Amino acid sequence: MAVLVVADHSGGTLADGTARTITAALELDATVDVLVAGEHAQSVAEQAAALNGVNRVRICEDAAYAHQLAEPMATLILSIIDEYSAVMAPGSTQGRDVLPRVAAVLDVAQLSEITRVIDKNTFERPIYAGNVMATVACDESTQVITVRTTAFEPAASGQSALIEAVPAPETPVAARFVEESVVRSERPELGSAKVVISGGRGVGSAEGFKLLEKVADELNAAIGASRAAVDAGYVPNDYQVGQTGKAVAPDLYIAVGISGAIQHWAGMKDSKVVVAINRDEDCPMIQTADYALVADLFDALPELEEGLAQLKAQ
Amino acid sequence: MKILVTVKRAVDYTVRVRPLTDGSGVDIANAKMSMNPFDEIALEQAVQLKEAGVADEIVAVSIGNSGSQDVLRSALAFGADRALLVQTDAVLEPVAVSRILAKITADEAPQLVLMGKQAIDDDASQTPQMLAARMGWAQGTFACGLTMGDAEVTVVREVDGGTQTLALPLPAVVSVDLRLNEPRYLKLPDIMKAKRKPLEVQPLEEMGVDVGTKTRITHYAEPPERKPGVRVQSVSELIDRLVNEAKVL
Ligand SMILES: Cc1cc2nc3c(=O)[nH]c(=O)nc-3n(C[C@H](O)[C@H](O)[C@H](O)COP(=O)(O)OP(=O)(O)OC[C@H]3O[C@@H](n4cnc5c(N)ncnc54)[C@H](O)[C@@H]3O)c2cc1C
Repeated sequence: MAVLVVADHSGGTLADGTARTITAALELDATVDVLVAGEHAQSVAEQAAALNGVNRVRICEDAAYAHQLAEPMATLILSIIDEYSAVMAPGSTQGRDVLPRVAAVLDVAQLSEITRVIDKNTFERPIYAGNVMATVACDESTQVITVRTTAFEPAASGQSALIEAVPAPETPVAARFVEESVVRSERPELGSAKVVISGGRGVGSAEGFKLLEKVADELNAAIGASRAAVDAGYVPNDYQVGQTGKAVAPDLYIAVGISGAIQHWAGMKDSKVVVAINRDEDCPMIQTADYALVADLFDALPELEEGLAQLKAQ
Repeated sequence: MKILVTVKRAVDYTVRVRPLTDGSGVDIANAKMSMNPFDEIALEQAVQLKEAGVADEIVAVSIGNSGSQDVLRSALAFGADRALLVQTDAVLEPVAVSRILAKITADEAPQLVLMGKQAIDDDASQTPQMLAARMGWAQGTFACGLTMGDAEVTVVREVDGGTQTLALPLPAVVSVDLRLNEPRYLKLPDIMKAKRKPLEVQPLEEMGVDVGTKTRITHYAEPPERKPGVRVQSVSELIDRLVNEAKVL
């Protein structure tokens, strides 16, 4: 049987996490369908159909899916689930919201945020803030799985799979959308950026984050933050990297004024190269980073910006 | 209005958990245990709703071994009116927990179930959504804001990209995120008072709920270890090493 991948999208763009989830799905089964639900979802469906390895895209366009809320989304997935042996979604706030409802109705255990497909019934996932990797055997009648997208490469695009409409089932008791406040940034997405520079409590203010932004401009980097920096209101909530924020795995992660708590490491420990800039030489971030600079960040950041600008000019 | 709050006893967030050397489990026999931090936030929210005169009864529920009585006592000290422990030594999958909670929720008939958005041990982030689905209720996950109305609860959710506000018809399930509130410190008089509040213990076997699943953890391993790092003396040395050694610039 086939695997159904539930697409994540917003503002008419298919999320990069979906392309990564397709890679994970193809490791499980050769036949991978993608479900795209939205009020106007044709262009997103076309983006999904272009991803190599996709068998077909199933599109459901209805006002009920305008915000892809969990209740109607789960009902829609359940209306076609009999055709699939597994359903997968990115471990985004969207996938995490929806899939457990599907699993509960099927009365099967769900696997959250897998990092590896070992074989058809065996997966790996992090537990205890990533300090332990669990091998999980799943013999459920339908496998319900969210994917730690940073652990899989995105599927390339170039093909053009069939797009078929799915009828919208009747909507269940559901939440009513009131409003959203979405911060659209010109910078690369945290989850897929090659370079991430994150600031912590040490950065001290929203003003302080401007110093990080200047360095980020030189590196075409995404900006992240620790929980402390978000709690203090220096940056918006979706900058948070960590056990309970976003997981990132860039080639280069620069932690500025972040002490390196377990919960923060959980979100960035798969980065290839970690740089710490901190004035406390005993803090875990300095102790564990690949390159540690013990310095005051307010001195180091302008120097870094200048050095990078010179490098670019060469 | 009655609020049900779920609390889980979990390894304290300051503990760095390691797998047992034979990979058969995790080494937590002597670890400090606490209430899952997200559940404290759920409790705090419930107590604030009671203090505001919106809620009149708070019931705290935990599923776990006899040690979970401690977290239920804390819940009572926070301000829960009574507590229920479904006692079992088994480690349950979230789907099994949701079966038990659905039974309790049907019996207690609360207007609102407040839960932590995830437990910091299994990091699953599933149980609230599963409970909502079983009850056929709406859900508001990852809440950083909550306002009770007459027939609806309005929830501000932290989502990728920003925040989203939803209105949920009651009864509903809300899972809470870190920035909803800051849980209060427990005071001695409250801890003393909690000792006299009712705490019912019910063995899981007597509930008639099947907690089996076809999913199990077969091995626990250390994550890949990082190489020891180097100390750089200056920003220019840092840039030089990133270019020539790490080759990431
Ligand atoms: C349930 C739970 C979930 C959590 N989830 C997350 C999560 O997802 N992500 C997360 O990040 N945290 C999370 N946390 C919080 C975590 O435990 C830490 O409290 C947090 O990461 C600390 O943030 P910080 O490093 O910015 O602040 P601090 O620990 O206060 O560190 C600030 C650092 O800045 C340095 N500094 C200060 N001034 C300067 C200067 N001028 N120059 C250079 N260095 C300077 C200091 O030396 C210090 O090391 C969670 C906690 C709990 C309980």
